[in-house]
Amino acid sequence: MDQLMADLKRQIIEALNLKHLKPEDIGDDQPLFVEGLGLDSIDALELIVLLQQQYNIKMANPQDGPQIFRSVKTIAEYIKTTQTA
Amino acid sequence: MKGRVYVAGTGVISAIGNSIPETLKSFENHSSGIGKVSLFDTIHENTLPVGEVKIPNTQLADNLSVNSSLSRTALLGIQAAREAVAASRVNVSKWRTGLISATTVGGMDKTENFFVDFLKNPSKGRLRNVVHHECGSSTELIADDLGVNGFISTINTACSSSVNAIALGARLIRHNILDVVIAGGTDALSKFTMNGFNSLMILDRNPCRPFDAGRNGLNLGEGAGFVVLVSDTVKEETRLKPSCFVSGYANTNDAYHQTASSPEGRGSFAAMQKALAMAELSPENIDYINLHGTGTLNNDLSEGTAVKRLYGDNYPRLSSTKAFTGHTLGASGGIEAVFSIMALEQQCVFPNLRFETPIPEIDMKPQLSFESDIKVNHVMSNSFGFGGNCSSIIFSRM
Amino acid sequence: MPVYIKGMGNISPQKTWGNDPLLASPSDYSGNRLTCIEPDYGQFVDVRQLRRMSRIIKMGVAAGTMALREAGITTPDAIITGTSFGCLEDTGIFLSKMIENSESALNPTPFIQSTHNTIGSQIALLLQCQGYNQTYTQRGFSFEHSLIDAILELKDNPNQNILAGGVDEITTHSHSLQKRFGIFRENSSSLNLLRQAGDGTINGEGAVYLALSGEKSGNNNICVEAVSTFYNSRKLTASVKDFFESTSLGYADVDLVLMGKTGVGKWDRALEAVATALFPKASLGVFKHLCGEYPTASAFATWLAARLLREERIPEIVFEKNAERPLRNILIFNSYFEKYHSLVLLRTC
Repeated sequence: MDQLMADLKRQIIEALNLKHLKPEDIGDDQPLFVEGLGLDSIDALELIVLLQQQYNIKMANPQDGPQIFRSVKTIAEYIKTTQTA
Repeated sequence: MKGRVYVAGTGVISAIGNSIPETLKSFENHSSGIGKVSLFDTIHENTLPVGEVKIPNTQLADNLSVNSSLSRTALLGIQAAREAVAASRVNVSKWRTGLISATTVGGMDKTENFFVDFLKNPSKGRLRNVVHHECGSSTELIADDLGVNGFISTINTACSSSVNAIALGARLIRHNILDVVIAGGTDALSKFTMNGFNSLMILDRNPCRPFDAGRNGLNLGEGAGFVVLVSDTVKEETRLKPSCFVSGYANTNDAYHQTASSPEGRGSFAAMQKALAMAELSPENIDYINLHGTGTLNNDLSEGTAVKRLYGDNYPRLSSTKAFTGHTLGASGGIEAVFSIMALEQQCVFPNLRFETPIPEIDMKPQLSFESDIKVNHVMSNSFGFGGNCSSIIFSRM
Repeated sequence: MPVYIKGMGNISPQKTWGNDPLLASPSDYSGNRLTCIEPDYGQFVDVRQLRRMSRIIKMGVAAGTMALREAGITTPDAIITGTSFGCLEDTGIFLSKMIENSESALNPTPFIQSTHNTIGSQIALLLQCQGYNQTYTQRGFSFEHSLIDAILELKDNPNQNILAGGVDEITTHSHSLQKRFGIFRENSSSLNLLRQAGDGTINGEGAVYLALSGEKSGNNNICVEAVSTFYNSRKLTASVKDFFESTSLGYADVDLVLMGKTGVGKWDRALEAVATALFPKASLGVFKHLCGEYPTASAFATWLAARLLREERIPEIVFEKNAERPLRNILIFNSYFEKYHSLVLLRTC
């Protein structure tokens, strides 16, 4: 789980071009959207593509996004759940 | 020097008809043009419905007696522009005539095929498939076809493009720079836009349902719509009897987000308000609003909110014709301007297909059926695009 | 009606921003592709917003901000942009990925950023400018039409500040493609492009914005007197003469004609023939050896002309013919491929 979250942080920084950040700047539970990192709806779409490209997970419903993408931890949990399903 | 700007002629081609008469018939019959894409290969052909003009390029070119290597955007544009000029019966070479077109894809329908070879090897791919890629090139082709020299221009402000083109035409006439302006827009379907909008997850996998609570995105469409605008002088000297004139227009920016509209619809509200102010009309003078109404969750709520802010519960008949044609992107303003003028000429309004349940937040019920024999004196048409570009235009009956 | 230039911003293949004296050490390029000398964009945009901006957006935003800063304006009333090629980099990225990935798992960002109006709307978003916002894309007229639009807006309402500009970029794909049309020459010194024998031009790019107003302030203003474009003109000489009817100048009064000569023989001969016939007593200058040939190169020329008027001098590198005239007005006479001719008249006022 820790490794997954570390990987995710790196991938998020790259996918969203957050060049001013390092993985250690993103907290596991830190809110990613609105407050915290301040990501927006386009970033949410990019994260959907990231899930597909890196983890082969196809998220059919963008409406689920806000819940899944709340923090790095919730994304990691979603990946773990989906992959073992 | 100001004076009025009259509409002398219109021309249109879209998924619901290749001419003005065919289009009117489709509206009367509630006959939508949304269906499966058939004219190019894409992995989305069975999942994403579109509003396709059901004529391949070779046939379009043949009908027009032009080279079939022209981009589809140019072919559609030539078709509609020719219809508009013919209907106006204006001799373009006699006057200071300009052409102002609008397009978002330009020659992309050809470029995206060229790119397949070019990507593998930069010396590959046929140059003639990319020579007219630029938006301005499709306008050159239309200008050359119509015999227009002098002033030609192209606007690209995403989905509000062709309303801006018509507004610019009106301004050039009011400032006595031109006497006649052929203005509008054209856009062809392409894999580029299908995939682009799909990546934004705002395409409906079913025929779109603008302004419905259960709406789930837009369907892309293609087509072209042009109007011929003339000055007082041209009207007098040619003894024209135009059906209507451009009474107001406005261009604002939502400045909220690159692709999403502000929840309160501030840009759209300002555009409608300013257009009304310019036309010296009150909101209640508008008999019909042709909504931008793409069918996306965001646009319809934002636009509906803006309309409610302007009208409260006393809004006029309104509908989105995109349930018929799909969202024709840069051409939508031009095509829907033609529809607005049709409403004035025919004294009718068009239905908002596939509507069942109002959006709860705004409780707005659009026009459900084609209705004629009603009083239609002033029509407003809205076009809102990515980048926050918001435009509204008002046409008024003579 | 004259329109006053309150501020300017220019990012080009020359060092045209910062406090450097005008063309003090012009950059000389070999090959056929000129590349902009770019500032540190962190001075213009917050680093968190920079992340989504492609190069051309950054160039446009920075040039626009430079113009507004010089004019002392925070938020303009309108933003009007001319760009022929639009956002090429992002268009190329999305197109390439679409083909490589067979239309699957595509990133939305390059698509969103690929539309022509992204430049102007990003500026609006950053400045929270909810006013008039327009983007022109008519090849060699794109910048001129943004000027014409600004002039029309200011005629109706002079008490406004309008940002009007011209922006175009070169990418690896676009350059390899343009080369295939055979208009470039292999060149050892761009600064000598128009003095050397040879037939062909060099590829250029740049971003220029002007902050314009309908109201004069103080003395020594530079104004845009008139702008006109002629597509496929069959009677260019007559059109150029007619242009002056709407201005306060006679065409014999032109002090300097800045010609859009490119290095392509047949285009240049046609342009020069009209220029020398109509303006025999004017000084003649050129500019595409500094910025290269591209659809909005006339924006670079307009910036240059304004700077020349402001400093009341013409550097040697610009001259083709020095008629020893005082410098009170400049006519930019541009051509783009065969069918595009345009005029921009600037003067001190």
